[in-house]
Amino acid sequence: MQVHLDFSAAGETKWYEYAVRFMFGGLITAIAGVIAKTFGPVVGGLFLAFPAIFPASATLIEKHERRKARREGQKNAELSGRRAVAVDAAGAALGSVALFAFAFVVWQLEPLHSTWLVLPVATLGWISVSLLLWWVGDRLHTPGGNERSQNTETNEARPD
Amino acid sequence: MHEILIRFLIGGVVVSVFAVIGDILKPKSFAGLFGAAPSVALATLGLTIVSEGAAYVALEARSMLAGAIAFLLYGSCVSWLMTRYKAGAAVVTLCAVPIWFGVSFALYFAWLR
Repeated sequence: MQVHLDFSAAGETKWYEYAVRFMFGGLITAIAGVIAKTFGPVVGGLFLAFPAIFPASATLIEKHERRKARREGQKNAELSGRRAVAVDAAGAALGSVALFAFAFVVWQLEPLHSTWLVLPVATLGWISVSLLLWWVGDRLHTPGGNERSQNTETNEARPD
Repeated sequence: MHEILIRFLIGGVVVSVFAVIGDILKPKSFAGLFGAAPSVALATLGLTIVSEGAAYVALEARSMLAGAIAFLLYGSCVSWLMTRYKAGAAVVTLCAVPIWFGVSFALYFAWLR
């Protein structure tokens, strides 16, 4: 399955849904800073990998997927919504391995190099590990590779 | 107070940018990776290095390893629960948050402290 951009999905999101995610993101960043100041960097650092906006995002995905399924006349819109969240959460679990790689790069390189070099390198590491894991996962779930995957994409009950 | 406000604004912007990227990326299994993007870390570490220095940031990053392991278990549990039970996403994702706390602080007491 090929990765692509679908800008129509951004149009489905309401302004207040963006606002909710902005609020959650801002709050957890501010709270992480306060916790680090109060309890020290060892406790504060844990919260840099807190699933801050995951519940809000998952709720939006479920809502959008249910709406889409109803629009398409599918009988079990609830199931479509839940399945979409399950796929998203599985992706986030994979992404957390890449998040581990990001943290590892920062932990190892930060004392030796400039932060303005370390953060882009760590981000590149996160993207690389994410892509690699997703590619491996996609291959494992679609025996026969990309060709089969593209042919069956529309027939499978995948939520995207 | 001023620093908290700056953190709030930068955190909100960075997290929102990653969320929008996750929205427009397809398939969903790939977009899900952005649910665990280092958005809070990117917003926080840049500010922290200025105020606290490299050693402090390295310590935070080491703890972030434990947070990421907790996130792996949290995401896996949410995925499993969503496929097996009829509860909605809001209920499942929020009820599973104690898993993140439990694993994070277990690793903190066992390894980081």
